[in-house]
This record gives sequence, structure tokens and C-alpha cells, in this order.
Amino acid sequence: MSALLPAEFAEFEEYAAHWCLPTETERFERRMASDMDEMGAFYAAFSARLDEAIEFCDKYPLDELPEDVQRLLQLIHSYVMVSMAVEIFHQPKVVDSADAVLRRVKEPRP
Amino acid sequence: MSPRYPKPPEGSWTEHFGLDTGPVSYADSISPSFYERERQAIFRRAWLNVGRVEQLPKAGSYFTKELAVLNTSIVVVRGMDDEIRAFHNVCRHRGNKLVWNESPDEETQGFCRQFTCKYHAWRYGLDGSLTFIQQEDEFFDVDKSQLGLVSMHCEVWEGFVFVCAAREPEWSLREFLGPMITALEGYPFDRLTSRFGYRTEVRANWKLFMDAFAEFYHAPVLHSKQSPDKYAVAAREAGYEAPYYAVEGPHRLVSTSGVRFWEMDPGSLKPMEVMTRGGLFGPWDKADLGELPAGVNPGRCKPWGLDSFQLFPNFVILIWGQGWYLTYHYWPTSYNTHVFEGNVYFLPATNVRERIAQEMSAVTFKEFALQDANTLEATQLMLESGYVEKFPLNDQEVLLRHLHKVVGDWVEQHAGVPA
Repeated sequence: MSALLPAEFAEFEEYAAHWCLPTETERFERRMASDMDEMGAFYAAFSARLDEAIEFCDKYPLDELPEDVQRLLQLIHSYVMVSMAVEIFHQPKVVDSADAVLRRVKEPRP
Repeated sequence: MSPRYPKPPEGSWTEHFGLDTGPVSYADSISPSFYERERQAIFRRAWLNVGRVEQLPKAGSYFTKELAVLNTSIVVVRGMDDEIRAFHNVCRHRGNKLVWNESPDEETQGFCRQFTCKYHAWRYGLDGSLTFIQQEDEFFDVDKSQLGLVSMHCEVWEGFVFVCAAREPEWSLREFLGPMITALEGYPFDRLTSRFGYRTEVRANWKLFMDAFAEFYHAPVLHSKQSPDKYAVAAREAGYEAPYYAVEGPHRLVSTSGVRFWEMDPGSLKPMEVMTRGGLFGPWDKADLGELPAGVNPGRCKPWGLDSFQLFPNFVILIWGQGWYLTYHYWPTSYNTHVFEGNVYFLPATNVRERIAQEMSAVTFKEFALQDANTLEATQLMLESGYVEKFPLNDQEVLLRHLHKVVGDWVEQHAGVPA
């Protein structure tokens, strides 16, 4: 399988296939469908290199990110999404949200 | 416990605004017949915000808006002359919905040179004029000049597009907004164009969700699990007080004080907030918007957190001290359902680090809003049970009192006036 991420971040390829998702809707749905062990593993693995990943993306202008760097950014976005469950709720769903739904219908790209 | 912030001379904000301090009824939120009166007395008379000019970037740009509360759909379009107009979205020939895409009940947007009806290809210019009738000779005494799209009054204020369904509006848009709102003129809404839009259908009366975002008394309780325990416990013990409230005509405002998260000890913060320098209050690195107009932070709160302007009837502009803003719209679809729209606006990110701080803020916004939305259906259900008719409100909930009072006044005053 060809690499999804820049070579410098090859250690995260196993997460990339699952978490490189372009929209918040897909990332939120993936969080709801994931268990805490997988999200905890992704969170723990990526934490140490988040800052480096942001620095790496910022070597390029925001509107000219190469495809593999765009996927790295998507992975960072997923990391933000997952952090809510891992750091605070200890479950995929927002505590006390019952069946409430809020769809993101517009977002800047990338 | 004495108040953290000074109260007005009357002793409370509620009395300061001349509002009753007794328990209130939410009979206005559980009644199909009252909803019908609201539609006539409020939504057919008031100026309603339907979007922003950035949604119409060039001549021929359009979007449709489903307005169940007015029993119509409208198309809002920028003409060749750059004017923004609003029309009822109905073909004059056989009444077909003129502009729609896959599904007739879904909103759409796009760009065109003219509107062509899907049914018999009648064509309309961007100014609403009827320009083409298929086999015109087959019609009897048809006068194209009398068969243009039916317009709705449309005015733009600071890039916000408003419509008014009244035959003749009782106020110009600026008159309707009044000095408290027009004092926001000059705020750089036109630069804060990076938009995160949210939408959902809520099984509760529209006013109940407005109420939920009109007080912050709930914040340390309902949202306690959004923060590490250390912060949550401190917040609950402190309770909540807003430093400043204002009402003017049918509109209202609450300002809150700021929290300097970046000065707090890490044990009170989510690790992700520290890593991304963002959170509920927005990116920690404040956007430089230059000098702000006098209408922003009118109570001169220091430190200042946000101003939440509730524009009557169903539109909220919430301006954050960190240099961004968000809007809420509550579109009634029945007496006990509505569509909620939330839009979060930032300066366009110039790099990934800024983009991530915005993403963190937008994601956090949704996590909180999901908790807010959840209580509404439960509230609606039990209000409708009718076993309790009167409910107390505290001084931090003064804006709820004002909203329900204004709604009642408008409905009352309009009774007997022909539609």
C-alpha cells in the first residue's frame, strides 16, 4: 500500500487509513463508532508529535498543501475530535447529550 | 453572598428593566394556537435575518431559504446591478417551486444568469422580471410585466441580509434594529469570513432554545463535565453572574467577563486546549481586529468575555472578546419544533496552527451545544404536561423574562389588527 502521510510521519500510517477524513461529519461519526481503546491508542501515540506535525504542515502555504500534508492535517483534525472523548468524557459520546444532533454543514477547506 | 458585580440602583436587573419579578408561564411555548398568533403578529411583521452577503459573492449568486414560519420558501439573489433581492420561490404560471435542486424541501444555492422553471420553462431575470413564456401566443391576454416574481422586502445591514414579509414594513431595517444594535456598525463582520456552519432540528419551541443561550446560570452545572474536575468544582462553587445586561425595544444583550485560560494552571485545562491554544472562548491568540465600534462591550466590562445580542425575534449575534463571532438562528417549524442554525466566524486562517486553534474552538462549541440541545426536548415534554403552570426566574435569567414578555406584548397588541 502506498503511503498516505509524509515519510517523516510514517509511524502513524496505521491510524491514517482510519482517521484521515476530510469533513467534521465523517470524523464525528468515526468517533461515535470507535471504542475508547482504539481512540486512546491513537491519542497517546500522536500526542508527542502534534506540535511537530503542525510545524511540518506550516512549511507550506495553507491553500497549497500537498496531498500527503493535507492528510496529515486531516489526522490532526481527527486528533482534536478524539481528544474530546479521551480527555474529558471517557466515552465517544458527549456526556449528557442524549440524542441531540448538530450537523456541521459548512466548513473552511482544508 | 453579595453579588460579584454591582446591580443597578433598583437592586436587580429585572426591576431595572421594569420587568415583573413573579413566576412566569411558558404557555406561549406549548400552544398551537399561540404559535399561529406569533406567526402573524411577529414573524410576518419583523425583519428576519436570512443570511450574509458573502453567500452571494457575485451577480447571479443565489440561495434559497425555507421559511416554514411564513409558510413560504424564498430565493435571495444578487442582481446584475449588484442589488440583493428576495422573492417568493414560486413560478407565476402554475405555482411550481421555482428554484430547487434534488429535493423540493431542501435549501439550495448556486449561480445563474436567469431562473428557469423546471415545469414549463418560464424564465425570470435576476431582478424577478418574467422574460420568457413558452408558446406565449397560446395564452390569453397575458402581460409579462404583471407576472414577475413576487418580491419580499429585503435590506442589508452590515452584510446581514434581512427580509420582511409585511406588505409595507412598519419600520426600515435600521429603525427596527435600533441604536443598541446599529452601534455595532463598523465591526469587521466582512473580514471574519471563515465560517463553520451547524444545523439541527430541535423538538422544542423556538423560544426555549433562545432561553437556553440567554443565560449562563446553567453553565457551571450543565457543562461541568466539559472541563477537568478542578475547574468544574471551582466553577460550580463560584456560581455564575454576568456583569452587564441591557434591553432596548424588543432586543436584548448580556455581556460576560473574560477568562484568561492561558494564565490558569494546567490542571484546570484540557491538555488539548494547551496544545492547540484554543477552546470554548476561541483561539487564545487574540485576532487583531483594530479598534472596535462603541456598541461592542457597551458595559465596558474588564476583562470582557463576550456580548450576546439577541435581535428580535429569532437571531443572535454573539461577539467574543478574542476576536471572532457566532450567530444563532431559531426557525420555528411548529409550536414545538424548530430548526436551529449556528454559524461560527473567524478571520481566515493564514496557516495550519491558526486553523487548528479554530477547529478546536468549533469542535468545542459543538460539544457544549449538544448538551444545551439535549435539555430542550425534556423541558418541552414536561411543560406540555401542564401540571406546573408557573416557574420562578432569577435575576441572571432576566433576558428570558424579557423575550417572553416582548413576544406576549407583540401578540397582544396585534390582536384584532387585520393581517
